[in-house]
Amino acid sequence: MQVSQKFKIRSSFFAGVLSWILFTFFDVYALFLERYKMREELSDTMPQIFLTLFIASTLVYYRYKITKAESINFIDLLWQVFITGLITTLVSLTIQSFFLLFDGNTITTNEIIVNLLYHFYGGAVIVYIVSTFVVWKRLILYQKSKNLIQLWGFFEYALYGSLIFDFFGFEFASNNFLIALVFITGFSVVLSFNLKWIAYLNFKQKWKSILFILLSAIYLYHFLVNLNNFSARGVIVIDMMDRVFVVAIFIFIFLYAVFAILVTLFNLPTSSVFERKLKEAVDFQKLSQAIPSGQSEEQTYEILLESSMSAVFADAAWLEVKNAGESSYYLRNLEKEDIGSLKSNIKTEHIQRVVNFEFDPHQVGSQKIIGTLKSNQYRSILALPVLIKNEQIGCLVLLQEVSDAFNKEMVEIIRTFVSQASISLENARLLGEAIENERYKEQLNIAKSVQKSLLPDKLEESDCLEIAGFSMAADEVGGDYYDLLKYSEDRFGLIVGDVSGKGTSAAFNMAQMKGVFYSLAQLNLSPKEFISKANLALSRCLEKSSFITTSYFDINARTKEIKFVRAGHCPTLVYCQEDKTARYLETKGMGIGLLRNESYDQFIEENTLKLTTGDILLLYTDGITEASNSEGQQFGEEGLQLSFSKHVHKAPHEIEQSIIKDLFDFMGDEKLDDDYTLVILKMK
Amino acid sequence: MVEITEESKDDIFLIRVKGEIDASSSIHLDNALQSAMKGSNKILVDLTRLEYISSAGLGVFISYIEDLKKTATQMVLFGMQEKVMQVFEILGLSNLITIGATEEEAMTLVNES
Repeated sequence: MQVSQKFKIRSSFFAGVLSWILFTFFDVYALFLERYKMREELSDTMPQIFLTLFIASTLVYYRYKITKAESINFIDLLWQVFITGLITTLVSLTIQSFFLLFDGNTITTNEIIVNLLYHFYGGAVIVYIVSTFVVWKRLILYQKSKNLIQLWGFFEYALYGSLIFDFFGFEFASNNFLIALVFITGFSVVLSFNLKWIAYLNFKQKWKSILFILLSAIYLYHFLVNLNNFSARGVIVIDMMDRVFVVAIFIFIFLYAVFAILVTLFNLPTSSVFERKLKEAVDFQKLSQAIPSGQSEEQTYEILLESSMSAVFADAAWLEVKNAGESSYYLRNLEKEDIGSLKSNIKTEHIQRVVNFEFDPHQVGSQKIIGTLKSNQYRSILALPVLIKNEQIGCLVLLQEVSDAFNKEMVEIIRTFVSQASISLENARLLGEAIENERYKEQLNIAKSVQKSLLPDKLEESDCLEIAGFSMAADEVGGDYYDLLKYSEDRFGLIVGDVSGKGTSAAFNMAQMKGVFYSLAQLNLSPKEFISKANLALSRCLEKSSFITTSYFDINARTKEIKFVRAGHCPTLVYCQEDKTARYLETKGMGIGLLRNESYDQFIEENTLKLTTGDILLLYTDGITEASNSEGQQFGEEGLQLSFSKHVHKAPHEIEQSIIKDLFDFMGDEKLDDDYTLVILKMK
Repeated sequence: MVEITEESKDDIFLIRVKGEIDASSSIHLDNALQSAMKGSNKILVDLTRLEYISSAGLGVFISYIEDLKKTATQMVLFGMQEKVMQVFEILGLSNLITIGATEEEAMTLVNES
């Protein structure tokens, strides 16, 4: 694309130069033939064709050469007009000085010489008016509408039409010439009202553009006068002034220049207001982008203070921000020591509340935020609270040396600034919180997988027993625990434990419980000793209000003899193959951590149980029996007993699945809000 | 949800508990027991209308056992429904805390020593 653009510019340039040379050559050659009567007259269509081609090439050249108008380059565009005008005027002055130099000499009346110079001159004029025409076009079409594009299209086609019209060689001021001219001029007038770009100039730029446009008009006048001078010599073969195209563009450029100068002049006084509004908008944008673009809170406060001060012409200002009870100050033209006395000089009650951080967003009553100060260097004060989630985190105070310096409009601007800053700050804090929450979630997930690894992956089985276990926490982590410890080929320790409470604190205690159990397992203790020592060990690490219930079974898989202790845990269900009944093992016991000394031992007892093949032990935690349905009824020991009795003929794994299914059926839509565990052991 | 009311009868501090005590509501029971410990060395806890108590709720009672002994404070719970009583028994807590069947019985129990 860029290559083809360059190519277009270059080729149109060469086409322009070539057609100008050919135009000059044919014109002068025709004159030459005529003068010396060497042959019959040459038709004057050739020069006309090449002149038209020259104009067309120049148009194409500048069309690609002059870039689109954007708010930053209006002055650049006008500068281009100025420079082109300067160069072409220099050409014109050179030619004029030639005439002055040889005034009275025959050279100046030689029609070939005059025509040749006229071609140079005409070429320069065409270059100037065409380039200016394109710049004007760019300016007119700045922020174009559909209608404007259409209108401009007509205008441009009319101008191209005039190029063809000029072929017929109507003389200046002939009827047809005038009709065409009036038609195009009409368009020019309408189009000249499009001056939107002027509004985007600042004060300095407006003066510059007035200067450049004025100069372009002067160039134009200069060219017009000289073209007429040439015409007056009466020897010109092809007079530029006989061409509707040239005259029409002259008029168009001149009209637009006049309009632009006038409008710019009238706009001069308002430009400062426009600039201020623009600055406010830019400041506003700065504030809203401050946090997302990775700036710190401090920078947001600085921007807020800076833009607020410049928006209301404040002489001094401070911004006080309270974070965790500590105040930090952002000051302009003030010392920290001044603030105390300034605060005490405030007359308005509402402002006093704001600066002393006693602002209540729900409070009704006077919300006057402009006030006066008594006996102070500063006479006017404007104070606004900075709120996040309806809580005052800061206050912005602006000061002026003259009284009544702030007005309602200024208040509105400051209000917008402050609320934008608040939004930015709030967003930043929310984002921070979200990231923090995400981090916690991740940590909990890690805790969850760590805890999962504390529970047995797979329970060891032997020839004599079959076992299945399952545990689920209500939250990410829980306090339930079960395990099967293998002491020897035939001897196993089975344990189920439940830490009081649930969630993270329970999970920590559960991990401690596992540690203690594993240590004690090395000591080859009787169940009672085991629990007694576990109580002493765990009592040291449990909080005052925490306790653990557990059931510990010492199983001899070969003799099927079982010794067990129930430490406050839910009584174990045992299914007896012989009499086909399931019953609870109601024995004495006490939870670990209830009594944290040796006197604990008197409340626990060791029991023995003799099982036979096909007998089943069902261990569980209270999450199962205390699960309730929507009517508030608990699954209960009866519910569990009933469900267990239904499934005793199955394998342990299937029993576990079936009981959980029965439990969920019972609960319906209710959710389990406690950790729950099931362990089923079947003797083979 | 739990509703806890505190009364003073002569030198006895009486706490009445209504509803369910779970992890979140156990803090109210703890607060009540704390003010009871400050107010008197004879405490009665009426659990007649206690529907359910979770392990966290039991933990609150357990956490006071030591303090009661140290300050020679008598605390008697009474009026427990059967399923609540069962929870206390299974845990073995009934061995450590004095429990009466009715308010009158509790009253004599608390005045005994």
